[in-house]
Amino acid sequence: MNFSEVFKLSGLLSKFSPDGKYLASCVQYRLVVRDVNTLQILQLYTCLDQIQHIEWSADSLFILCAMYKRGLVQVWSLEQPDWHCKIDEGSAGLVASCWSPDGRHILNTTEFHLRITVWSLCTKSVSYIKYPKACQQGITFTRDGRYMALAERRDCRDYISIFVCSDWQLLRHFETDTQDLVGIEWAPNGCVLAVWDTCLEYKILLYSLDGRLLSTYSAYEWSLGVKSVTWSPSSQFLAIGSYDGKVRILNHVTWKMITEFGHPATVSNPKIVVYKEAEKSPKLGLGALPFPPPRAAARPFSTTETKYEIASLPVSLQTLKPVTDRANPRIGIGMLAFSPDNYFLATRNGDFHVLSLCWHLSGDSLALLSKDHFCLCFLETEEGAGTA
Amino acid sequence: MGDWMTVTDPGLSSESKNLSQYTSETKMSPSSLYSHQVLCSSIPLSKNVHSFFSAFCTEENIEQSISYLDQELTTFGFPSLYEESEGKEEKRELNIVAVLNCMNELLVLQRKNLLAQENVETQNLKLGSDMDHLQSCYAKLKEQLETSRREMIGLQERDRQLQCKNRNLHQLLKNEKDEVQKLQNIIASRATQYNHDMKRKEREYNKLKERLHQLVMNKKDKKIAMDILNYVGRADGKRGSWRTGKTEARNEDEMYKILLNDYEYRQKQILMENAELKKVLQQMKKEMISLLSPQKQKPRERADDSTGAGISDVEDDAGELNRESIWDLSCETVREQLTNSIRKQWRILKSHVEKLDNQVSKVHLEGFHDEDVISRQDHEQETEKLELEIQQCKEMIKTQQQLLQQQLATACDDDTTSLLRDCYLLEEKERLKEEWSLFKEQKKNFERERRSFTEAAIRLGLERKAFEEERASWLKQQFLNMTTFDHQNSENVKLFSAFSGSSDRDNLTVHSRPRQKKPHSVSNGSQVCTSKLTKSLPASPSTSDFCQTRSCVSEHSLSNVLNITPEETKPHQVGRECLNQTWSLASRPGSQEGGCSGCSLACTNSHVDKDDLP
Repeated sequence: MNFSEVFKLSGLLSKFSPDGKYLASCVQYRLVVRDVNTLQILQLYTCLDQIQHIEWSADSLFILCAMYKRGLVQVWSLEQPDWHCKIDEGSAGLVASCWSPDGRHILNTTEFHLRITVWSLCTKSVSYIKYPKACQQGITFTRDGRYMALAERRDCRDYISIFVCSDWQLLRHFETDTQDLVGIEWAPNGCVLAVWDTCLEYKILLYSLDGRLLSTYSAYEWSLGVKSVTWSPSSQFLAIGSYDGKVRILNHVTWKMITEFGHPATVSNPKIVVYKEAEKSPKLGLGALPFPPPRAAARPFSTTETKYEIASLPVSLQTLKPVTDRANPRIGIGMLAFSPDNYFLATRNGDFHVLSLCWHLSGDSLALLSKDHFCLCFLETEEGAGTA
Repeated sequence: MGDWMTVTDPGLSSESKNLSQYTSETKMSPSSLYSHQVLCSSIPLSKNVHSFFSAFCTEENIEQSISYLDQELTTFGFPSLYEESEGKEEKRELNIVAVLNCMNELLVLQRKNLLAQENVETQNLKLGSDMDHLQSCYAKLKEQLETSRREMIGLQERDRQLQCKNRNLHQLLKNEKDEVQKLQNIIASRATQYNHDMKRKEREYNKLKERLHQLVMNKKDKKIAMDILNYVGRADGKRGSWRTGKTEARNEDEMYKILLNDYEYRQKQILMENAELKKVLQQMKKEMISLLSPQKQKPRERADDSTGAGISDVEDDAGELNRESIWDLSCETVREQLTNSIRKQWRILKSHVEKLDNQVSKVHLEGFHDEDVISRQDHEQETEKLELEIQQCKEMIKTQQQLLQQQLATACDDDTTSLLRDCYLLEEKERLKEEWSLFKEQKKNFERERRSFTEAAIRLGLERKAFEEERASWLKQQFLNMTTFDHQNSENVKLFSAFSGSSDRDNLTVHSRPRQKKPHSVSNGSQVCTSKLTKSLPASPSTSDFCQTRSCVSEHSLSNVLNITPEETKPHQVGRECLNQTWSLASRPGSQEGGCSGCSLACTNSHVDKDDLP
């Protein structure tokens, strides 16, 4: 594997353009746009303050840079480097900023989540959406960019508003049967909205596009509930990862659980291949990478070469028991990712220091990132392999 | 009386002893005691028998004893021993009859008493044994009672303990349940508390938000603005539209369209899946039916209801299939029919497989003797062998294909190609060439021979001609000579003999040897001729024939000579015949004729002079 030279970066702000031609990165208050193939600097923009958030527009023509401290958003154009746009929220403050799917509207969330201001780059119009919910995933756009679902909270009740993105017209507004909504997500086919409740209550609600409740699902009571949710790319399955260390998969026809996957501490199924990273100079604690299902262990910092050997079963995954008396404990399924061809599901359970999971578009390989390590897994797919 | 005493006494005494033994152990009824005492007292002891008798009645007190006895007997009810007398003063006479009767009565009584005694004794014994038996039973029962009492006490004790335990456990369970309930209540209460607090805090927060919102809105801060160089066109290039009721309706429509499209798509998928699954099920059903139908011969003997149902099911299904294919509906009844029929078939198949399994297990247990059943090991071995063979054949085919490919696909120079062209047939070609050359040689040889033969034939023809001419001239001479025969008879003879043989030796041999050898002798002579002939011709068998004719000629001539008949015609005829024969000979292949004529000429020429006839 070849690596390029190291570039300066601040705030972990570095994003590829959606069309894959450019790479934008931030250094303090400067925005640097490079060409992907040559890594030559194409554009250099200077913002007014330290950038906290950058985002490409969907058509890769514009980049927004948000500066939360100053309450400013600056938009830069790639086609016309002279073009500039500055949005100042002033005393309203800025907490979050994002593009609309058509790439011509910017949604700014003001401080205290008071409102969402929809700024248009095409017209002079401004729209306000009052009292959006301050939760993990309160805004979600459909894949085709037609509709936007927004979680709201009024009078201690949760509501969902569905907007038409073309003219920001409110299509539907309905109450949800949740205690404290934590996240919403559209299915890739844009017809079903998954809504899940706080971790104190295991509850997942499924609403149709026109606001009808299709189904609810609750696996158990009282214990800590849902931690992460993801749809399969074909919209056939909904994977729910919970604090009890299990992934439950619902099917789109009956919205009932079809299977659940456990994450036992000892791997003893003879069908599972466990790849163990062995170091030349053994240091404290060796990591293990079983496949499937893949999950990564903490790897100690080492500059020596490592090799992978197949460990003999049974393999016990060394874990440190995390403290459970604090809020939001580091147990349970924290990350879920379906492969793009619907064959595999990658999960991260427990305290493993995998910060990001990313599938290749072909569904053959998986990239894992931890704080110090980077791991590429290649999968050999047999004919007719199901989800692992 | 004395005998009676001695006889009965020992028995009596023993009985009395036994009785005494019994009475010491058992309780006896007073009456029996009394009778016993009476008996004891009444039965005299053996030792004191005589003394007792003598003690009671002596010679002195006869009268007294009689009167005493009389008193006793009368008290007992017996008639008096005395005779009836009128006066009191007179001595009463002993009524012997009465005495005898009394004695008899006493004896009878005695016997009766003895019998009674025996009965009583036996009864006594019986009662005694009964008593023993009852006592033992009683003892046993007492023991049993004791043990059962003890058991009962033990069981009661255990029961009590278990009940105690049970109570304790119930108590514990109740406690646990109470705890659980308590905890659940706690949780519920805490949850409500939490929610309540949350709500309170939210309300506060909302108030704050409202306040802040008002502040923010009121300020109308000019700072909240967007500073944009120039407005960017829309992504899709169209103009923006006003938000009206129409647009709202349009949005609604679009939303519903999207939903409907999604549902339709999903329904299509599901229908397709359904159709596929139905197809698969029907196929499965058909296959199952076909699998089971050859087997139905066997179970038909048992007359199972299931197979009967199966057969009828087949017919039904056949009809159903047609109907189903025509309709192809997913209505309830059709689906049910399909699933039911498949279940039936599956059951039949399962039972069949189980039967086969049993059979197999039986075979394994009993050992492999059945011809129809192949043991699994053999089967596996055979399959392995077959697989190996198949692999080997495949490899062979592959290698052959490769070789062929190489042959066809090798790119080489023109020379090599020309050389390699037909390289397989090279050997054959050379062989053919050799054979061809051989053949040609043979042909040449044949040609040569034929030419030589033709030349020989031509020569023969010429010689024949010459011979003909000579013959003609000779005939003329002969004829001329015939006219002057007498003088030249000898000459004829000589001539004839000349014909016959050349040398004396030959003539002699002619005469001496039998006629059969004439060809030989003639052949001797002819050998000389033939010696000449060989120069011109290769040995031919025809010369022997010629010689034969010559011998005939010589014979005749000799006979003529011997006979010395002046018959001229004969030899002449003979000669002519011979000559005719020779002519007939001459009619044969020309070469021979030529030879013969040559020979004859030679003969005539050489043997004219010689002649020695005996």
